[in-house]
Amino acid sequence: MKLSRPIAFTLWFALIGALATVALHADYTADMSVFLPRSPSAAQRLLVDQLKDGLVSRMILVGISDNDSDNGSGSDNGSVRLADVSRRLAAILRADARFDEINNGEATHLEVDRQLLFDYRYALSPAVDAARFSVDGLRTSLQATIALLASPAGLFAKPLVTRDPTGELLALLATLDHPGPRTVDGVWMSAGGDPANGEARTALLLALTAARGGDLDGQEAAMAAIRAAFATACETPGCATLKLEMSGPGIFAVNSRATIKSEVTRIAAIGTSLIVMLLLIVYRSAPVLLLGLVPVITGSLAGIAAVGLGFGVVHGLTLGFGTTLLGEAVDYAIYLFVQRGRGTDAPTGFWSTIRLAMMTSACGFLALFASNFPGLAQLGLYSLAGLITAALTTRYLLPAMLPPGFHIHDPVPLGLGLARLARLATRLRWLPPALALICLFIVVNRDEPMWQGELLALSPVPIADQMLDQRLRRDLGAPDTRYLIVLPGADIDAALTRAEALAPVLDRLQHEGRIGGWDSPARYLPSLATQRARLASLPSRAQLSQRLETATADLPIAAARLTPFLDEIERARARPPLTRAALAGTSIALAVDALLLDSGHEVHALLPLTAPGDTQTIDGEAVRAALAAWRASTAGAQAGEAIFVDLKNESDALYGAYLGEVIRLTGAGIVAIIVLLSIFLRRPMRVVRVVLPLATAILTVLAALSLAGMQLILLHLVGMLLIVAVGSNYALFFDGGEQGAAVAPHTYASLLFANLTTVAGYGPLIFSTVPVLQAIGITVAPGAILVLLFATMLARPQPASKP
Amino acid sequence: MKSLSALFFLLLSASVAHADWDVDQLMRALAANGAKRAAFTETRYLALLDQPLVVSGELVYVPPDRLERHATQPVEESMVLDGERLRLTREGKSHELGLRDYPEVAALIGAIRAALAGERAALERDYALSISGDRARWRLNLLPNNTALAQIVLRIDLSGSEGHIEGVDVLQADGDRSEMRIAPRQ
Repeated sequence: MKLSRPIAFTLWFALIGALATVALHADYTADMSVFLPRSPSAAQRLLVDQLKDGLVSRMILVGISDNDSDNGSGSDNGSVRLADVSRRLAAILRADARFDEINNGEATHLEVDRQLLFDYRYALSPAVDAARFSVDGLRTSLQATIALLASPAGLFAKPLVTRDPTGELLALLATLDHPGPRTVDGVWMSAGGDPANGEARTALLLALTAARGGDLDGQEAAMAAIRAAFATACETPGCATLKLEMSGPGIFAVNSRATIKSEVTRIAAIGTSLIVMLLLIVYRSAPVLLLGLVPVITGSLAGIAAVGLGFGVVHGLTLGFGTTLLGEAVDYAIYLFVQRGRGTDAPTGFWSTIRLAMMTSACGFLALFASNFPGLAQLGLYSLAGLITAALTTRYLLPAMLPPGFHIHDPVPLGLGLARLARLATRLRWLPPALALICLFIVVNRDEPMWQGELLALSPVPIADQMLDQRLRRDLGAPDTRYLIVLPGADIDAALTRAEALAPVLDRLQHEGRIGGWDSPARYLPSLATQRARLASLPSRAQLSQRLETATADLPIAAARLTPFLDEIERARARPPLTRAALAGTSIALAVDALLLDSGHEVHALLPLTAPGDTQTIDGEAVRAALAAWRASTAGAQAGEAIFVDLKNESDALYGAYLGEVIRLTGAGIVAIIVLLSIFLRRPMRVVRVVLPLATAILTVLAALSLAGMQLILLHLVGMLLIVAVGSNYALFFDGGEQGAAVAPHTYASLLFANLTTVAGYGPLIFSTVPVLQAIGITVAPGAILVLLFATMLARPQPASKP
Repeated sequence: MKSLSALFFLLLSASVAHADWDVDQLMRALAANGAKRAAFTETRYLALLDQPLVVSGELVYVPPDRLERHATQPVEESMVLDGERLRLTREGKSHELGLRDYPEVAALIGAIRAALAGERAALERDYALSISGDRARWRLNLLPNNTALAQIVLRIDLSGSEGHIEGVDVLQADGDRSEMRIAPRQ
């Protein structure tokens, strides 16, 4: 079948048009969720939900520090200056609708909180029961209140004594008390930094964005709002020496997106220009260059279109790998042009070698496509579709698109030079096996673990930013919530009821020293039933009045002075219980929201556990056993799931599963490639001659990375698979077909060009700051060169080279 | 009225300046004393209660800004003012609060600490000072200089001998008052 030139061009434009239409209609994203699995466990799903939409994901941690040592940020003046800026910044942000909450340590909520707690104290205080309002109970609490009046704290208690003589508000405040960060000049300041030594202090601020954590545009707007507010807030003292730092999940996501976007654009630009330059040098003709890009453009568009159709959304990182595909797809055109340029039709073996090379590459990409992680699966599908399309275009459209009398600059002189070098190289035939053994020894005897064991290793967030986050978190005293118990409920009240029912179990675990402490949303917002029971235990006005008379008989306080107390109790009995809605605008609402995850159709109560004082860890089995016993003993409204989550374990398990899967897939891909080669090459020696350069190249790269002290992440492993997929092409050309024909000089030239374009495609990734891209680049670019070198050394000795 | 009282204080301070013992000399004497530890007895007269409350215990002052009050009778409790943090401990529970959030309390407790430290500037931030008596038997009178504070406390009278404070009497705006007697412990 031979197409005419106009028909070939028409077909190609139609194909490009169709693919471009699909690609343009795809959605593009750059968030990190592609590194989270598609079908996680219940605990992992919770982790993922929290990361995406939980209250935690809306937190921005802000630090303001003074770099000017002369100005003495440590001195009193410096702190006052920082405190002023912090207060002004907070005031501006509080008026901004993009934030739900701003906290910098100022007692802005104090009045609202206190009013709410005071109004609802009898519904909220765990101390409230019938005994507390008996004659004896009243006497005991009145005595305590009188003792309090004699203390320095009496000054706080005095204004409320006649309305709250049993001290319910103070009892309630004591149960809710949380140690916050250190306050200097009325705002939060980092505890680190000794002013005496001139170390910088940092004023701290917490902002809660109105936008969801997953809404990156909203998060970006919030960041910009904080920067603008800071510029305004520090105008008076002068911003020159003041530094604004921000951290938090939203910040990370926004920065990652910006990094990926700029890196992908930069890498694509560098890779493309390198390849175009190389091709110009080789072809010395612009029309030939454009024809050479035909398979590349078709393949890239087909890759994007396939991912768009298959996943609904295309990730920025996938596009980042686009240039690497570019480097490979362009090879097919090079092989074809170098053949055609000599004026002959491709020899019979030519297309079958190309087909086999494409099939080995496809095996590698197919393995990635099978991954459970969308990031890898997208990469696999993109490369698979792109490669096959590029190969088919080269095979069936491109030959017909070439002009009559097509020729390129004759590469034979270069090829002859290369052939001479190649003959010399075969004297080093012993080198690849020897090197393979040495490198194997280095890799096996490595001291440190070879694999980086944390999910964080995949994160594009730079180490410096992660350190900043840790520092701000520590300064803010944000608890490290590693352990959680999760209780699902049909609605908020159901979840709260279950949390209350679990309280005795947790108290017992704490008493036994299994856990250090625990928190619960029900501490801040008890269930309706609990609140009603407390209110029901309050006596009537007449009863209370009578009991007070008796209780105060021997005390220095007269019952007649406590009439406001009678009014308060009467009012409390008539007031409906507190709900989440009534908490709006208080800091208690924040505490409740942080511990209740409302997904719309289900509510999860989160009960953070702290490890016992002397250890850093909790015995998960003991907690799970206690939960199982509790579940077996509960029924009705309190029954249901109770999950103990160790977030660090979950995150490590997630990474472990990821690693395990990639090892399996890489193994399967490599085995599939060897099987494929065995089927097509038939003779074991031919298979060895193709596989040995690949194995040696992989071992050399591994040993070099190991000697450089680098810990490997998953993507290095993926890189190994790509070395096999890409490198097998070169090895196949050296195989020389069934007859064992010598490699022609022009083939040497086209192999060198193909190798250089591959390196130009993968090479720019080495300089990426995104670990995922860097890992692929640093593995595949040197690996591809090494495969070609080793394949040359191991080439079948040619009669002509024999002296 | 304001100028009248200003004139009054001017005359008063002018008159004491002539005496052998003025505010600056008192402050120097107090500041020279360093760390102090003393037993105290405080009697509180509250309108709410039919009888006065009597508390006794120990006061500890560690320069420059730590003041501790440990009551032993009728119940054990303690108050530690360290820098800007005020920690109250009673019945095994302790609360910590920032002075800045409670300016009136800060002015009240801070006055005693500033007096112990001999920091005139800190005292004059919230109070107008007037002194009477001589080195052996002096009396320092503190009147709030702002209305917010005047709604809590009407006056504080410190009395003592040389660089030792022996009495702190506080009259609150609601009529409640307290008298503290301090005896240096040997």
